Amino acid sequence: MKRFTNLFLELDRTTKTNDKVALLKAYFLSAPDEDKIWALALFTGRRPPRKIKTTQVQEWAIEQANIPMWLFRESYGSVGDLAETISLILPVNTSTSEKTLSEWFAYFTQLNKATDEEKKQLILEAWKQLSTYETFVFNKLLMGSFRIGVSQTLVVRAIGEVSDMTSAVVAHRVMGQWDPYHSSYKELIYGENTGDTTSKPYPFYLAYGLEGGLESLGQPEDWFAEWKWDGIRSQVIVRNNELYIWSRGEELVTEKFPELESLRTQLPSGTVLDGEIVCFENDRPLPFNILQTRIGRKNITKKILTEAPVAFIGYDVMEYEGQDVRQKPQEERRKILEDLFEQTEIKGAFKISPLLTFDGWDELRNLHLQSREQAAEGFMIKRKQAQYLTGRKKGDWWKWKVDPLSIDAVLVYAQKGSGRRAELYTDYTFAVWEKDKLIPFAKAYSGLTDAEIREVDRYIKQNTIEKFGPVRTVKPQLVFEIGFEGINESSRHKSGIAVRFPRILNWRKDKKLEEADTLDNLKSILKAYK
Amino acid sequence: MKRNELLSFTASSIYCPSADIHIDPWKPVERAIITHAHSDHAKWGCQHYLAHKDSEPILRMRLGSDISLQTLEYGESFTINGVNFSLHPAGHIIGSSQVRVEQQGEIWVASGDYKLQDDLFCPPFEAIKCHTFITESTFGLPIYKWKPQQEIIDEIKVWALQNKLQGKNSILMGYALGKMQRLIKNLQPFDQPVFAHGAIYNVNEQLRTAGFDLPYIPPVNNASKSDFQGALIFATGSVLNTPWLKRFEPYSTGYCSGWMAIRGAKNRKSIDRGFVLSDHADWDELNTAIDATGAEKVYVTHGYTDTFSRWLNERGVESAEVKTMYGEEEEAATETTES
Repeated sequence: MKRFTNLFLELDRTTKTNDKVALLKAYFLSAPDEDKIWALALFTGRRPPRKIKTTQVQEWAIEQANIPMWLFRESYGSVGDLAETISLILPVNTSTSEKTLSEWFAYFTQLNKATDEEKKQLILEAWKQLSTYETFVFNKLLMGSFRIGVSQTLVVRAIGEVSDMTSAVVAHRVMGQWDPYHSSYKELIYGENTGDTTSKPYPFYLAYGLEGGLESLGQPEDWFAEWKWDGIRSQVIVRNNELYIWSRGEELVTEKFPELESLRTQLPSGTVLDGEIVCFENDRPLPFNILQTRIGRKNITKKILTEAPVAFIGYDVMEYEGQDVRQKPQEERRKILEDLFEQTEIKGAFKISPLLTFDGWDELRNLHLQSREQAAEGFMIKRKQAQYLTGRKKGDWWKWKVDPLSIDAVLVYAQKGSGRRAELYTDYTFAVWEKDKLIPFAKAYSGLTDAEIREVDRYIKQNTIEKFGPVRTVKPQLVFEIGFEGINESSRHKSGIAVRFPRILNWRKDKKLEEADTLDNLKSILKAYK
Repeated sequence: MKRNELLSFTASSIYCPSADIHIDPWKPVERAIITHAHSDHAKWGCQHYLAHKDSEPILRMRLGSDISLQTLEYGESFTINGVNFSLHPAGHIIGSSQVRVEQQGEIWVASGDYKLQDDLFCPPFEAIKCHTFITESTFGLPIYKWKPQQEIIDEIKVWALQNKLQGKNSILMGYALGKMQRLIKNLQPFDQPVFAHGAIYNVNEQLRTAGFDLPYIPPVNNASKSDFQGALIFATGSVLNTPWLKRFEPYSTGYCSGWMAIRGAKNRKSIDRGFVLSDHADWDELNTAIDATGAEKVYVTHGYTDTFSRWLNERGVESAEVKTMYGEEEEAATETTES
């Protein structure tokens, strides 16, 4: 555990990519294989589900620290992280433990069948053996969302460098269905055909936002353009007459979309497609939040299937006739995709993302204005010679999103952030006018500079009308321009409206309180874009 | 009718009406007792100052060499109008004192800032029995628990040595007065060349001239870029994100403060390493100190005043928070003196 704790702390200390990779390399070179598989699982979001109630853990810690609940809350308020707060208030230990990361996970399995009292004993026993920092990491593993400032890409790069493989190969190997209880590091990283390779997806190629104008891309003839669909990026795999659908978040979502079951028989075995799952109504794509309502559901009911049927819009092919075709140019892959599409009979659940025809960049710019009417987020622009790359790479694939919708709204509630910003008020609720009342309609976190955050924080602390738990009601005065990607009706919100991806675009210091937008303004945007 | 309190909290100081004398006033007054030379406790403009003799060099440097200043030894006392005053070690920085005030058997102690851990540079804190104790609570939450000083010193030494091996300079930051002398004293012998930021150099030299046992640390400004190879540079927090640091590239930054106990606080500062080293009492020390005074009543002047005061009340120690100007702008005020 010491080794992993040190890795965690040192990764947390540095913001430099090269330093992080160096730390990861050192870890993967020196840690035992049994630990490495766990580290890898944690870095790739495969932490086993929590076996314990956070409130209980908190209760036991308070009891050990011998402090009242309110004082714990004050402490938590200052630290901003539960696992860390607990590690800090517990009595300081003198004994230590030599248990490794994997041994601690084995220890966790005892929690599965334990009674509450036994669980408590197990946790207290562990705390007694761990230093403050180890306790912090232990708590994170035990209950928190284990997050660390390291992307999967960096971990893949580090493993690639220590094991002499390309990042693309490692990225592919660590994908798919595996869990650290049943897989070994050797098999996963070095094994060619071990475990379940039938379901294994390829790493997605991700695009950067277009930075310069279209002209910066060179000749229009070298490029494809298509709509950027607003759904769930997915990979459809048909191998051995089985169907697997993976989301970009590396979730296996096959069961969630029974409409797509027909792809299993319609596509030839040995086919892997990249595309977007989108809800449709009479051949017209529906907004993302319709799709959202069914992602969260455990059971897919008839009602959902009729109200929000999905289709898979294919736009690329990674494997054809059992062969990895990612090295072939975009143009050729597109041809294969079109052939595959021609061969299928069902045209409802499987669509193909149409290529836009345009004559010069000006024409494409005009088309872009129609994005919202097409229920698209903008364009994807792909070089005809592009290979299918791994991860987010610049150069061959670009996304060009439409400008967000926006509205001027008033800051009405504030709450402290967490982690890095635990002492500052960074989570805001915004409202618009309805007659002489302010109706809250969106929460937003990001978009301000650190200096602005401090300024707003000071305003909030000096202008609090009321405290309600962690939430402060603020004297309405500050006006912000709030951008968002989509807008829909919502019965769950007081405003009757839900916006998607709200964020602060600008602090409108030039606007007076009365000049903020009204609920009617929001409703007219809803009408225009629904 | 309630008689006058021995000490009262006014809009400008902690005030003793019977003796007409102020403790750590933040506005100019006629007569002031200064607990220690940090700028939030030692303000400019009073007609007469009184402090411990170890505070003299810095008070004269900061407030003017011509101030009217009377100094005392620890334990030495004087009486004004029936009120007896004496100074006792607070263990916070060099010269830092608790002010003991006694009138007709009633005893109050104003402690200024203090810590219990012996930092091996300034005389350690001594608990003084009193009826009323005036305390700080800068780190008055149970999340603050300091490790033994030597552990932190070892962490710093390892960090600086690793930097040296990687060809980097180490920029070690903290308050110019107090923290830096504590570090310098405890880090020696040094494993690499050392230099000091001008503000720290000035404080050091002032203290060395007055006879304190500190090694000579050359100022950064007299050195050239080629001198900075794997060096350890003592600097103030004000240099963060300024071009002053440029000459030391490549470098790693370390910051010494009790606030570094919290990851979020460290990350907000965009520094490479945080070292949890404070000249204030941690949670356990605050409670230990208060218990040791045997005080029936405790006033909390700065820090987590409301929280700590509530905690004391729930433990059966009558307590109230009072509003003062302490604990603010220490860093900004003391550390902008050099380019």
